[in-house]
Amino acid sequence: MNHDPKPENLASNQMGFLARFLNDTEIDTRLLGMLGALALIWGGFHFYGVIFNNFGAFLTPRNLWNLSVQTSSIGIMATGMVLVIVTRNIDLSVGSMIGVIAMAMGLLQVEILPQIVGIGHWSIWIMAVIVGLIFGALIGALHGWLIAYREIPAFIVTLGGLMVWRGMAFLSAGGRTISPVDGTFALLGGGPYGAIGAWGSWAVGLTACLGVAYTIYAGRKSRIKHNFRLRPKWAEAMLAIIGWSAIIGAVLLVNSYPWPKGIVKQYGAKIGQDLEGTFISHGFAIPVLILVTVGILMTILVTRTRFGRYVFAIGGNPEAAALAGIDTKWVTMKVFALMGMLTAIAAVIASARLNSATNALGTLDELYVIAAAVIGGTSLSGGVGKIYGAILGALVMQSLQSGMVLIGFDSAIQRIVVGVVLVLAVYLDILYNKRVK
Amino acid sequence: MTQKRTPLVNLKNISISFGGIKAVDGVSVDLYPGEVVGLLGHNGAGKSTLIKCLSGAYQADAGEIFINGKKVIINNPRDARDQNIETIYQTLALADNLDAASNLFLGRELIGPGGFLDESKMEAETRKIMARLNPNFQKFSEPVSALSGGQRQSVAIARAVYFDAKILIMDEPTAALGPQESEMVSELIQQLKKQGLGIFLIEHDIHNVMKLCDRASVMKNGLLVGTERVGDVTEDDILSMIILGKNPKVKV
Repeated sequence: MNHDPKPENLASNQMGFLARFLNDTEIDTRLLGMLGALALIWGGFHFYGVIFNNFGAFLTPRNLWNLSVQTSSIGIMATGMVLVIVTRNIDLSVGSMIGVIAMAMGLLQVEILPQIVGIGHWSIWIMAVIVGLIFGALIGALHGWLIAYREIPAFIVTLGGLMVWRGMAFLSAGGRTISPVDGTFALLGGGPYGAIGAWGSWAVGLTACLGVAYTIYAGRKSRIKHNFRLRPKWAEAMLAIIGWSAIIGAVLLVNSYPWPKGIVKQYGAKIGQDLEGTFISHGFAIPVLILVTVGILMTILVTRTRFGRYVFAIGGNPEAAALAGIDTKWVTMKVFALMGMLTAIAAVIASARLNSATNALGTLDELYVIAAAVIGGTSLSGGVGKIYGAILGALVMQSLQSGMVLIGFDSAIQRIVVGVVLVLAVYLDILYNKRVK
Repeated sequence: MTQKRTPLVNLKNISISFGGIKAVDGVSVDLYPGEVVGLLGHNGAGKSTLIKCLSGAYQADAGEIFINGKKVIINNPRDARDQNIETIYQTLALADNLDAASNLFLGRELIGPGGFLDESKMEAETRKIMARLNPNFQKFSEPVSALSGGQRQSVAIARAVYFDAKILIMDEPTAALGPQESEMVSELIQQLKKQGLGIFLIEHDIHNVMKLCDRASVMKNGLLVGTERVGDVTEDDILSMIILGKNPKVKV
């Protein structure tokens, strides 16, 4: 070992093995805690099934694939909720916004656009998505304007939004369910056709592996350039190996979940071949890829841009941010507009998955989204939050939910458990923060 | 007054009221390059409010601001920074959840290729200036909430000094500091003065005023009691200006 007399290294020699490992790899302990909780939930549900139902249904490719799809829409919104909560605000309206945005996109692609460009036209889904995104951003911007420039508390503005947009969703189609949605649009919700197959998944997986390698390489290069403390080489290698294993594991998992027999037959008939008994992999579902893309872009936005820096500065000390010349009102308004746009993406996925737009779509989602962000370590007093934390938080929430469905808990018990877990998670977080301080 | 040069800063007849109360009422003060002007008075006398009109935190209801003889309009902190006015607030105005480098460059982040924040450059620059101001400073990657009062103060000072301030406003810079750290701040003020900066120093400690300031302007109830050269008056003169609101020299 290289005996460098720097105080940091001296300190690390006195630490225990685990502490030194965490220090050298710079892995967030909170991340480990969440992964531990996730392992506990997954293992718990699986073995409960093994013991009481003679069949562990949780840790199967089929369930985990579905879990990934179910997490997408909440996860996407949770990344935006992180920014909202970091700026000491809240958004209670996202569930209702999903309803009204999905309804707008549904009406557009089922009743309006076909009359203009013709039924089944290729551009329908693109126009529906674009209009949905703009609509979402405008609703969010309206909320943000009322909160930042008219100084109405976010709780009230978005509580009003919760009721207004749900009502609008009902009125817009007189309470009807709009279906089926455009065929291409429906792919965005997942399902056998809405996944990219075995080869596509390998391509995505290998690209991701290269991305991990590049991130580690670029980080090391920049630290060398500025003479900062480097991670030991073994720690860099370990991070790379952990990242690659996770990615390749995910690819193997989604590729081992085959299309159902009926779909294989239907597809065979369509392309004029007898595919009876062929193993066709799902691969990554499109909504999951959207979630991952949103997660990466939001992480870059938060950590690498001025906007992200200002969001956190406002959360840490609004007065200091203003004195530093930051236009705090404009930043707040942009945060809500972004939240609206992310909600629109979630609305696309939710309605595509359902193959219809209903006025009840997204009901109670706001609570799951807030819970996901908070479980993921976003502090309600502002200034602290992580994008990956919120996505993992969404995964934890969804795992609980679907695990309880699998082992047959009824919905009343599901709600009790989710409620208790939320309170418990925040309590643990408070204890953790006290110990850190 | 022997000085015939143009003042660096000239605040003329500044007035500002909040809800019918005149916090500052027609106050004029000036500041020359290489000079430290102390602003004194009881709590609520209007010192901080007056100075916030210069730093852009407040907008004066009436009055004019001249920088180097040129009239300027300062509507917000950004305008003040554009005039090379830097402020060290009594509260320090740090975002506690961010690290030293993020606070130092807050609102003026260095941007690298692709329009992204150049974190490494900012940290490297922060290390450089902290090595000069506070060589013991080591906690670069921790949020400033984890720092001691003196360390936080040095971050706030570094922020003001790094960007080539011409005019520095310090609102009770030593209030939260121990004796050794206070001494460091005093030395820094002398050093900056030599470099030709003009400094407005809001200060309660009369000894510090006598030691550091060239002139002292005393305020009471939003009005200017008077401005005197520190060399021409005694501590008692200044104290009576603060307490009685009367300028003993004018009476004579």
